[in-house]
Amino acid sequence: MLDIVLPIAFGLVAVAVVLSFWRLLWGPSAPDRILALDTLYINTIALLVLLGIHLSSALFFEAALLIALMGFIGTVALCKYLLRGDIIE
Amino acid sequence: MLDYLLSFLVLFGAALTFIGSLGLVRLRDFYTRLHGPTKATTLGVGSILIASAVFFSARGTGISLHEILVTLFLFITAPVSAHLLAKAALHLELNSLAKIPRKKVREANALERADQTQATKQATDNAEKIPSTDGPQEPTQ
Repeated sequence: MLDIVLPIAFGLVAVAVVLSFWRLLWGPSAPDRILALDTLYINTIALLVLLGIHLSSALFFEAALLIALMGFIGTVALCKYLLRGDIIE
Repeated sequence: MLDYLLSFLVLFGAALTFIGSLGLVRLRDFYTRLHGPTKATTLGVGSILIASAVFFSARGTGISLHEILVTLFLFITAPVSAHLLAKAALHLELNSLAKIPRKKVREANALERADQTQATKQATDNAEKIPSTDGPQEPTQ
Protein backbone atom coordinates (compact mmCIF):
# COMPACT_ATOMS: atom_id res chain seq x y z
CA MET A 1 0.00 0.00 0.00
CA LEU A 2 2.76 2.41 0.98
CA ASP A 3 4.60 1.53 -2.24
CA ILE A 4 1.60 2.74 -4.27
CA VAL A 5 1.00 5.86 -2.20
CA LEU A 6 4.58 7.15 -1.98
CA PRO A 7 5.02 7.96 -5.71
CA ILE A 8 1.69 9.84 -5.68
CA ALA A 9 2.84 11.81 -2.63
CA PHE A 10 6.19 12.54 -4.34
CA GLY A 11 4.32 13.84 -7.37
CA LEU A 12 2.02 16.07 -5.32
CA VAL A 13 4.86 17.59 -3.32
CA ALA A 14 6.97 18.07 -6.46
CA VAL A 15 4.10 19.96 -8.11
CA ALA A 16 3.81 22.04 -4.92
CA VAL A 17 7.52 22.90 -5.20
CA VAL A 18 7.06 23.95 -8.84
CA LEU A 19 4.04 26.12 -7.94
CA SER A 20 5.86 27.94 -5.17
CA PHE A 21 8.86 28.40 -7.48
CA TRP A 22 6.52 30.01 -10.01
CA ARG A 23 5.37 32.46 -7.35
CA LEU A 24 9.03 33.11 -6.45
CA LEU A 25 9.78 34.08 -10.06
CA TRP A 26 6.56 36.02 -10.85
CA GLY A 27 5.58 37.41 -7.45
CA PRO A 28 4.68 41.05 -8.00
CA SER A 29 6.02 42.31 -4.66
CA ALA A 30 8.94 41.51 -2.36
CA PRO A 31 6.84 39.98 0.48
CA ASP A 32 5.29 37.65 -2.13
CA ARG A 33 8.73 36.36 -3.04
CA ILE A 34 9.70 35.92 0.62
CA LEU A 35 6.47 33.98 1.24
CA ALA A 36 7.23 31.81 -1.81
CA LEU A 37 10.72 31.10 -0.43
CA ASP A 38 9.18 30.19 2.94
CA THR A 39 6.74 27.77 1.27
CA LEU A 40 9.57 26.38 -0.88
CA TYR A 41 11.70 25.36 2.08
CA ILE A 42 8.72 23.84 3.92
CA ASN A 43 7.91 21.80 0.78
CA THR A 44 11.55 20.74 0.60
CA ILE A 45 11.36 19.44 4.17
CA ALA A 46 8.30 17.38 3.19
CA LEU A 47 10.16 16.01 0.15
CA LEU A 48 13.20 15.07 2.25
CA VAL A 49 11.09 13.28 4.87
CA LEU A 50 9.24 11.38 2.12
CA LEU A 51 12.58 10.34 0.65
CA GLY A 52 13.65 9.16 4.11
CA ILE A 53 10.55 6.93 4.30
CA HIS A 54 11.10 5.68 0.73
CA LEU A 55 14.75 4.69 1.29
CA SER A 56 14.00 3.79 4.95
CA SER A 57 17.06 5.71 6.02
CA ALA A 58 17.23 8.09 8.98
CA LEU A 59 20.02 10.13 7.40
CA PHE A 60 17.75 12.86 6.09
CA PHE A 61 16.42 14.26 9.37
CA GLU A 62 19.56 16.24 10.09
CA ALA A 63 19.27 17.82 6.65
CA ALA A 64 15.56 18.56 7.21
CA LEU A 65 16.30 20.16 10.58
CA LEU A 66 19.10 22.25 9.09
CA ILE A 67 16.85 23.44 6.26
CA ALA A 68 14.12 24.34 8.78
CA LEU A 69 16.57 26.37 10.88
CA MET A 70 18.25 28.18 8.01
CA GLY A 71 14.98 28.84 6.21
CA PHE A 72 13.43 30.43 9.29
CA ILE A 73 16.48 32.60 9.86
CA GLY A 74 16.43 33.65 6.20
CA THR A 75 12.75 34.57 6.30
CA VAL A 76 13.16 36.60 9.47
CA ALA A 77 16.24 38.39 8.11
CA LEU A 78 14.51 39.32 4.84
CA CYS A 79 11.40 40.55 6.68
CA LYS A 80 13.52 42.63 9.04
CA TYR A 81 15.27 44.11 6.03
CA LEU A 82 11.94 45.11 4.48
CA LEU A 83 10.62 46.48 7.77
CA ARG A 84 13.63 48.44 9.00
CA GLY A 85 15.97 48.81 6.01
CA ASP A 86 18.63 47.00 8.02
CA ILE A 87 18.96 43.55 9.57
CA ILE A 88 21.14 44.11 12.65
CA GLU A 89 20.80 47.61 14.02
CA MET B 1 -3.32 -1.86 9.58
CA LEU B 2 -0.20 0.22 10.22
CA ASP B 3 0.39 0.27 6.49
CA TYR B 4 -3.03 1.82 5.88
CA LEU B 5 -2.49 4.42 8.61
CA LEU B 6 0.90 5.36 7.13
CA SER B 7 -0.53 5.56 3.61
CA PHE B 8 -3.38 7.78 4.79
CA LEU B 9 -1.04 10.12 6.68
CA VAL B 10 1.41 10.40 3.77
CA LEU B 11 -1.32 11.03 1.20
CA PHE B 12 -3.14 13.53 3.45
CA GLY B 13 0.08 15.43 4.11
CA ALA B 14 1.10 15.52 0.46
CA ALA B 15 -2.38 16.66 -0.61
CA LEU B 16 -2.40 19.47 1.98
CA THR B 17 1.09 20.59 0.93
CA PHE B 18 -0.11 20.71 -2.68
CA ILE B 19 -3.25 22.66 -1.72
CA GLY B 20 -1.14 25.17 0.20
CA SER B 21 1.11 25.86 -2.77
CA LEU B 22 -1.92 26.00 -5.09
CA GLY B 23 -3.34 28.68 -2.80
CA LEU B 24 -0.04 30.56 -3.05
CA VAL B 25 -0.39 30.67 -6.84
CA ARG B 26 -4.14 31.08 -7.29
CA LEU B 27 -5.20 33.59 -4.62
CA ARG B 28 -5.35 37.20 -5.70
CA ASP B 29 -3.75 39.48 -3.12
CA PHE B 30 -0.86 39.12 -0.71
CA TYR B 31 -2.89 38.83 2.48
CA THR B 32 -4.97 35.92 1.19
CA ARG B 33 -1.85 34.32 -0.29
CA LEU B 34 -0.26 34.52 3.16
CA HIS B 35 -3.26 32.64 4.51
CA GLY B 36 -2.92 29.61 2.21
CA PRO B 37 0.57 28.12 2.67
CA THR B 38 1.13 29.08 6.31
CA LYS B 39 -1.78 26.91 7.40
CA ALA B 40 -1.91 24.14 4.81
CA THR B 41 1.81 23.44 4.63
CA THR B 42 2.38 23.26 8.38
CA LEU B 43 -0.46 20.74 8.76
CA GLY B 44 0.69 18.83 5.66
CA VAL B 45 4.34 18.64 6.70
CA GLY B 46 3.20 17.87 10.24
CA SER B 47 1.23 14.80 9.15
CA ILE B 48 4.07 13.62 6.87
CA LEU B 49 6.45 13.93 9.84
CA ILE B 50 4.05 11.97 12.07
CA ALA B 51 3.91 9.27 9.37
CA SER B 52 7.72 9.18 9.34
CA ALA B 53 7.87 8.92 13.16
CA VAL B 54 5.39 5.99 13.11
CA PHE B 55 7.30 4.33 10.26
CA PHE B 56 10.70 4.47 11.97
CA SER B 57 9.28 3.58 15.38
CA ALA B 58 7.61 0.46 13.93
CA ARG B 59 10.91 -0.87 12.61
CA GLY B 60 11.93 -2.01 16.08
CA THR B 61 14.97 0.19 16.69
CA GLY B 62 13.25 2.20 19.41
CA ILE B 63 11.05 5.27 19.25
CA SER B 64 12.22 7.77 16.66
CA LEU B 65 12.26 11.32 18.05
CA HIS B 66 14.01 13.31 15.30
CA GLU B 67 10.67 14.09 13.65
CA ILE B 68 9.20 15.51 16.84
CA LEU B 69 12.08 18.00 16.88
CA VAL B 70 11.44 19.12 13.29
CA THR B 71 7.66 19.29 13.91
CA LEU B 72 8.07 21.34 17.07
CA PHE B 73 10.47 23.72 15.35
CA LEU B 74 8.18 24.19 12.34
CA PHE B 75 5.10 24.74 14.50
CA ILE B 76 6.88 27.35 16.60
CA THR B 77 8.46 29.24 13.70
CA ALA B 78 5.58 29.28 11.16
CA PRO B 79 3.42 31.83 13.06
CA VAL B 80 6.45 34.02 13.75
CA SER B 81 7.46 34.21 10.09
CA ALA B 82 3.83 34.77 9.02
CA HIS B 83 3.51 37.62 11.49
CA LEU B 84 6.73 39.23 10.25
CA LEU B 85 5.60 38.84 6.62
CA ALA B 86 2.26 40.50 7.39
CA LYS B 87 4.07 43.33 9.17
CA ALA B 88 6.37 43.81 6.19
CA ALA B 89 3.40 43.86 3.78
CA LEU B 90 1.55 46.42 5.90
CA HIS B 91 4.70 48.51 6.12
CA LEU B 92 5.04 48.49 2.32
CA GLU B 93 1.26 49.21 2.03
CA LEU B 94 0.53 46.44 -0.47
CA ASN B 95 -2.85 46.48 -2.18
CA SER B 96 -5.59 44.55 -0.43
CA LEU B 97 -8.79 43.28 -2.00
CA ALA B 98 -10.69 44.01 1.19
CA LYS B 99 -12.65 47.25 1.21
CA ILE B 100 -11.22 50.05 3.29
CA PRO B 101 -13.58 50.62 6.25
CA ARG B 102 -14.43 54.26 5.40
CA LYS B 103 -16.53 54.89 8.48
CA LYS B 104 -13.83 53.71 10.85
CA VAL B 105 -11.18 55.71 9.02
CA ARG B 106 -13.34 58.84 9.28
CA GLU B 107 -13.92 58.26 12.99
CA ALA B 108 -10.21 57.71 13.60
CA ASN B 109 -9.34 60.87 11.68
CA ALA B 110 -11.89 62.91 13.63
CA LEU B 111 -10.50 61.57 16.90
CA GLU B 112 -6.95 62.39 15.85
CA ARG B 113 -7.97 65.92 14.84
CA ALA B 114 -9.70 66.46 18.19
CA ASP B 115 -6.58 65.25 19.99
CA GLN B 116 -4.40 67.58 17.97
CA THR B 117 -6.57 70.66 18.63
CA GLN B 118 -6.64 69.83 22.32
CA ALA B 119 -2.87 69.41 22.36
CA THR B 120 -2.27 72.71 20.57
CA LYS B 121 -4.70 74.46 22.93
CA GLN B 122 -2.86 73.08 25.94
CA ALA B 123 0.45 74.13 24.46
CA THR B 124 -0.73 77.71 23.91
CA ASP B 125 -2.17 77.82 27.44
CA ASN B 126 1.15 76.70 28.87
CA ALA B 127 2.99 79.25 26.78
CA GLU B 128 0.76 81.99 28.13
CA LYS B 129 1.20 80.86 31.75
CA ILE B 130 4.98 80.53 31.71
CA PRO B 131 6.68 83.71 30.57
CA SER B 132 9.64 82.91 28.40
CA THR B 133 12.89 83.83 30.11
CA ASP B 134 15.22 83.33 27.19
CA GLY B 135 13.43 85.29 24.49
CA PRO B 136 15.16 86.87 21.56
CA GLN B 137 17.79 89.19 22.97
CA GLU B 138 17.95 92.74 21.85
CA PRO B 139 21.04 93.31 19.84
CA THR B 140 23.27 95.64 21.86
CA GLN B 141 25.20 98.03 19.81
